[in-house]
Amino acid sequence: MGDLWAGLSEAFRLLVTLDGDLVEITLRSLQVTLSALVIGSVIALPLAAFLAVRRFRWRRSVIAVLNALMGLPPVVVGLVVYVILSRSGPFGVLGLLFTPVAMIIAQVIIIVPLIASIAHQSLRDLWSDYHDLLISMNVTQGQKMRTLLWDARRALLTASLAGFGRAIGEVGAIMIVGGNIENATRVLTTAIALETGKGDFALALGLGIILVGLAITVNLCIHWLSRTEQEGRW
Amino acid sequence: MNLFPLKVRGAMTARRGKILVGPVDLDLLGVGITVVMGPNGSGKTTLLRLLHGAARLTSGQIEWACDETQARRNQAFVFQRPVMLRRTVLENLIYPLQMRGVSRALATEQANDWSVRVGLEKMLSRNATTLSGGEQQKLALARAMMIKPRLLFLDEPTAALDGRAMREIETVILAARAQGTQLILSTHDLGQGRRLADEALFMLHGRVHEHASASDFFDAPETVQAQAFLRGDIVE
Repeated sequence: MGDLWAGLSEAFRLLVTLDGDLVEITLRSLQVTLSALVIGSVIALPLAAFLAVRRFRWRRSVIAVLNALMGLPPVVVGLVVYVILSRSGPFGVLGLLFTPVAMIIAQVIIIVPLIASIAHQSLRDLWSDYHDLLISMNVTQGQKMRTLLWDARRALLTASLAGFGRAIGEVGAIMIVGGNIENATRVLTTAIALETGKGDFALALGLGIILVGLAITVNLCIHWLSRTEQEGRW
Repeated sequence: MNLFPLKVRGAMTARRGKILVGPVDLDLLGVGITVVMGPNGSGKTTLLRLLHGAARLTSGQIEWACDETQARRNQAFVFQRPVMLRRTVLENLIYPLQMRGVSRALATEQANDWSVRVGLEKMLSRNATTLSGGEQQKLALARAMMIKPRLLFLDEPTAALDGRAMREIETVILAARAQGTQLILSTHDLGQGRRLADEALFMLHGRVHEHASASDFFDAPETVQAQAFLRGDIVE
């Protein structure tokens, strides 16, 4: 119990004093994860809509693979991205390894299957509702996809937030490709791992509490901004 | 531009080897309202979908007087169970026009007009899915009419509605015919058939069993099965 209390008071102290390091790594966490979220959603949501409306040969296989990739081990993703971005790798010349960009790339790879799978579930249901009508109206594939994405936007928000949740708490991949470098690629999760390793449980717990608080705050903000829980809206 | 006469030759639709409708040979001249009657499972809905192009034409031909793209563009379909977009009533009404590139302002103007004609003018900002069954079907009908179709398919449009909603919908249907829209309507309501039909198709076992003008069909049906159907007997 002592460690927990120490953690709480440490979190309190860090917040009240607006500790410089804390603010920096918190902002970097947000920057990396929100970037990954936006890029991941831009890729995953249209992909989900495409899978809902188009019938092609490998459709079922693609969906099955996406579902399977929801459980993609972050460490493996980190390793693959590391190999690709390392000096001797195909994209080594870009010099992206151990930068926030590399961390964003890894997180995008981790969350795209998750967002796409969850989004596909709800778009598929909506499509079975709309199918006859939109076929009858002779609309184009692009219009079908846009209609679905717009009318299912509340459900898609949930899909994106699931992606955010996975990315903000992720440590394995960004530790490998980011390197946990102070003032460069250190974020909340990697800092927690480091402090735990050093035995500074109070600081680690303090950071952990702030991380959880951050995740809750972002979720609430997005729900509030989009007024999900208002009556009579979707 | 005219869709009729419509020539159907040996048209058939099958799923997994089972023939749902056909082979159908049919000449429709476009006389106003064509009522498709017949017992449940006789293929009324499938015939409508087949003509509309929403069911796969497994074999045979469906030839419109104009080319097929034009024909599809000038048709609309009202389903037995109305499909509501998860949007407001207004958004539902303007949707088909927006998909054709009509400006929002122009579409809204027409939507206002149609909402008055079906009595939904006070509900424009309501969510379409919260409307009652009758209101939803009126909205579906108005939405179908928004594109000014030359041909409107109605699949048992009043099957689940009470007398008043049925009358409102029939009023719109008759007004559409008066303006030159052709209608193909399926129903198993004999009274409705008599009220609306200019010509009648009697479907049985996935085939057109009888095709005659309304007066011939309702007063002197040729086939035994149609006679039995009109008497109110159970036809199998």
